Amino acid sequence: MQTQLSTLSRRDAVKAAAWALAAAAIAPKLAFADEKAVAAEIKKLYGDKPMASGKIKLDVPEIAENGLVVPINVEIESPMTEADYVKAVHVFAEGNPQPGVVSYQFTPACGKASAATRMRLAQTQDIICIAEMSNGALHTAKANIKVTIGGCGG
Amino acid sequence: MTTKPTPRVRVPAKAAAGEMIEIKTLISHEMESGQRKDAEGKTIPRKIINKFSASFNGKPVFSADWYSAISANPYQSFFFKATESGEFTFIWKDDDGSEYTAKNKLTVG
Repeated sequence: MQTQLSTLSRRDAVKAAAWALAAAAIAPKLAFADEKAVAAEIKKLYGDKPMASGKIKLDVPEIAENGLVVPINVEIESPMTEADYVKAVHVFAEGNPQPGVVSYQFTPACGKASAATRMRLAQTQDIICIAEMSNGALHTAKANIKVTIGGCGG
Repeated sequence: MTTKPTPRVRVPAKAAAGEMIEIKTLISHEMESGQRKDAEGKTIPRKIINKFSASFNGKPVFSADWYSAISANPYQSFFFKATESGEFTFIWKDDDGSEYTAKNKLTVG
C-alpha cells in the first residue's frame, strides 16, 4: 500500500483531487429540485405556451434570515370582472426539495387578485410565479431570495 | 404534537357595498413536510394541509393548494369584494382526510 502511494504520480493526485471536488459540488444539489424540475412542472400545466412578463407584483424579502418562514405576497393586475379575471396563480421554488410552493384559484368575487402566505425555503434561490388569466394568457415573474438559515430537514 | 388544529379567521363584521375587504386566516398545524428525519434516521411521513378554500353564501371565492413548502401554522390572506350580507365558510383539508372548518358572518350596508 505504501509503495503504491508513493508511486502515485502528481498528475493522478491532481485528477483525484479534482474528482473529489466535483463530487462534493454536485452531491448536495442532487437532493433538490432545480430549474429543470420547475420547468417540467410548468410544462405539465401549460405545455409550451408562450409567457409574457409584467402584470405580476411578486413581493418577497430580498434576504430571508429564517428560511422556515418567508412571507410571500403576490398581486396580479386585473380588473377582476366576469369577462376578465385571474384564474390561477402558481408559485415554484427552484432550490427546494420539491418545486411546488402554492397554487391559488381566484374568482371575480375576490375583487382583487392578491394573496399572501408564508413559505419554507431550503437555500438561496429563485422563486417563479405564473399567472393564468381567464382568456388563457400567461404571465410570469421571477425573484431571487437570499436565505441565511435553510428551512428544511432538522 | 397532535393537538387539534385551531383555525383563526379575521373578517371585518361590517362592510360597505362594493368595499374591498381583506380576509386573514391562520390555522395551527405542524405541516410536516416529509423531508425531515427522526432520531433513528427514519423519514417522518408527510402530513400537511393540502387545500384551503373559502366560499361565500355557498359560492366559491378563493382556494389555495398548499405544498410541502408552506410554513408550519399556515397563514393565508386574500381579498373579497363585499356586495351582500352573508356567511363565509372556510375549509382546510388535511393529508389524513380530516377537515377543519370555520364560519364568519359579514353584514353589508
